[in-house]
Amino acid sequence: MTFKRPSLAGWAALATLCAAGFVDSAFAQTAAPPAAAAVVPNKGDTAWMLISSALVLMMSIPGLALFYGGLVRTKNMASVLTQVFAIVSMVGVVWTVYGYSLTFTDGGSMTPWIGGLAKTFMRGINANSTAATFSNGVVIPELTYFVFQMTFAMITPALIVGAFAERIKFSAVMLFVLLWVTFIYFPIAHWVWYVAAPDDVAAAARALAAATDAAAKTAAQAKLDEVTGAVGWLAGAGALDFAGGTVVHINAGIAGLAGALIIGKRIGYRKELMAPHSLAMTMIGASLLWVGWFGFNAGSNLEANGTAALAFVNTMVATAAAALSWLLCEWIFKGKPSLLGICSGAVAGLVAVTPASGFAGPIGAMILGFVVSPVCVFFVSTVKNALGYDDALDVFGVHCIGGIIGALGTGILVNPELGGVGITDYTNISGNNAGTYDLVTQMIAQGKAVGATLLWSGFGSAILYKLVDIVVGLRPSVEKEREGLDITDHGERAYNM
Amino acid sequence: MKIVMAIIKPFKLEEVRDALTAIGVHGLTVTEVRGYGRQKGHTEIYRGSEYAVTFLPKIKIEVAVASDQLAQTIGAIASAAKTGQIGDGKIFVINIDHAVRIRTGEVDAAAL
Repeated sequence: MTFKRPSLAGWAALATLCAAGFVDSAFAQTAAPPAAAAVVPNKGDTAWMLISSALVLMMSIPGLALFYGGLVRTKNMASVLTQVFAIVSMVGVVWTVYGYSLTFTDGGSMTPWIGGLAKTFMRGINANSTAATFSNGVVIPELTYFVFQMTFAMITPALIVGAFAERIKFSAVMLFVLLWVTFIYFPIAHWVWYVAAPDDVAAAARALAAATDAAAKTAAQAKLDEVTGAVGWLAGAGALDFAGGTVVHINAGIAGLAGALIIGKRIGYRKELMAPHSLAMTMIGASLLWVGWFGFNAGSNLEANGTAALAFVNTMVATAAAALSWLLCEWIFKGKPSLLGICSGAVAGLVAVTPASGFAGPIGAMILGFVVSPVCVFFVSTVKNALGYDDALDVFGVHCIGGIIGALGTGILVNPELGGVGITDYTNISGNNAGTYDLVTQMIAQGKAVGATLLWSGFGSAILYKLVDIVVGLRPSVEKEREGLDITDHGERAYNM
Repeated sequence: MKIVMAIIKPFKLEEVRDALTAIGVHGLTVTEVRGYGRQKGHTEIYRGSEYAVTFLPKIKIEVAVASDQLAQTIGAIASAAKTGQIGDGKIFVINIDHAVRIRTGEVDAAAL
């Protein structure tokens, strides 16, 4: 049984409330523990999770592939498309073999940091295995959880390649991604999203509430501590990340920046014309990303209920607001509103709403969208030009910065007074304030997640780049870069017109 | 026999073709080219990246005419292609030594 969202003591709080009768739940009806009836997945939940997984795959191919592809020069189009497609394919295999196990199983004493090898090669997973959701007693087939999470593992490394597009060897991309998912993505996903057995936590909390004498209370407390300890360390710290603002976007964004800095600028950067060869393709890609992102965010709810609908709506309004916001920024400050701008705004909005999608209210999400675009505009133009680095497709400026805005914004917008869902179910375990939202406590937890991701991914990726450079070399030769990676890496042209 | 080669703004192509047809010149070769003269180009901005685009898209037309039709042809092209704005283009005249119609084998004036 695995669990994606953090904050176990909140589950304990909810379960306590259930036991005390404040919240109506199915379990409150039975007096004696029933003979354990197997909980079976709901057909609607299962259908939704399978659809969501397909939508997230579509985000990678062709969504991201075309979004990036349209932004590079004609001579590198096939290269970008192939890199994204190959990353998706390779990570699919890696996830099946050991990725899922490392991310979503118990790691013994290492559990706060990484999982174990119990489910490598999908051992023990079959059509009847189940995975927990955020509702007590509701499960989905573990296979749907497995494949849903796989699509996340596929798209995250694919995001990175935009930062050093047009000047990296294909072999370097493949080797780097293999190492990166293993040492950076799987651990961070585990830290934020691994919760061993949320229903066990609820059961332990109920047992604690029902315990009458001191000895029973001590035993029950020990049991509760044991189950709440079996979590990734950021989950335990109370960080809120509904669908992957830290795990996916900040992670990929900082890894992209590290790559752009280590690999260096494209030949002729800022001197030669490197305009996007097809903004039409970029727009198609951005649109597919938006549609697919409903699977990314609303699917992260793991069930088809009101919260999934909330995440869906947030994904719609935040994106619309951010797209409009970027358009207005350009119109006001640059004179002309551009297609690339509105597409970038939409993506920035999608990135920012990702961690907040199941926590914020729609108006909060909309405000988040309006806020993220000006910040990202500032980073992709003023900051990038001032510092002079060649983040070719603005992976840092949109994904990392947008992700940070979103992650920090989540800490603010989850406040019930701002329309958020509040954290009656989720809390900061270390702060032990079950059921109450506290801005400072929450922001500290969010800050830990953001900081940990930036540090582990930033420095870890840098080490991996250096390693790959030694083994296969990162950059193609000057002549090959000039001729174009389509021909030199893949022996073909994207266009033969 | 002469080849009249003209570099014109792309959107003027249909007008020029109509003007040439009106004076009895049939047959035209069109190429898409890029270039600049005194028109310096313009600036394009893609997110944070600004590019000075100096090579602008133009159309090159080449039409072979008999020498007695030369002045008429130049006049027709010049008036049809003119906008009065910078970047209107140029017309060049090149001498032809021989011409052959491939289908029939006719040569020189009969081939035009």
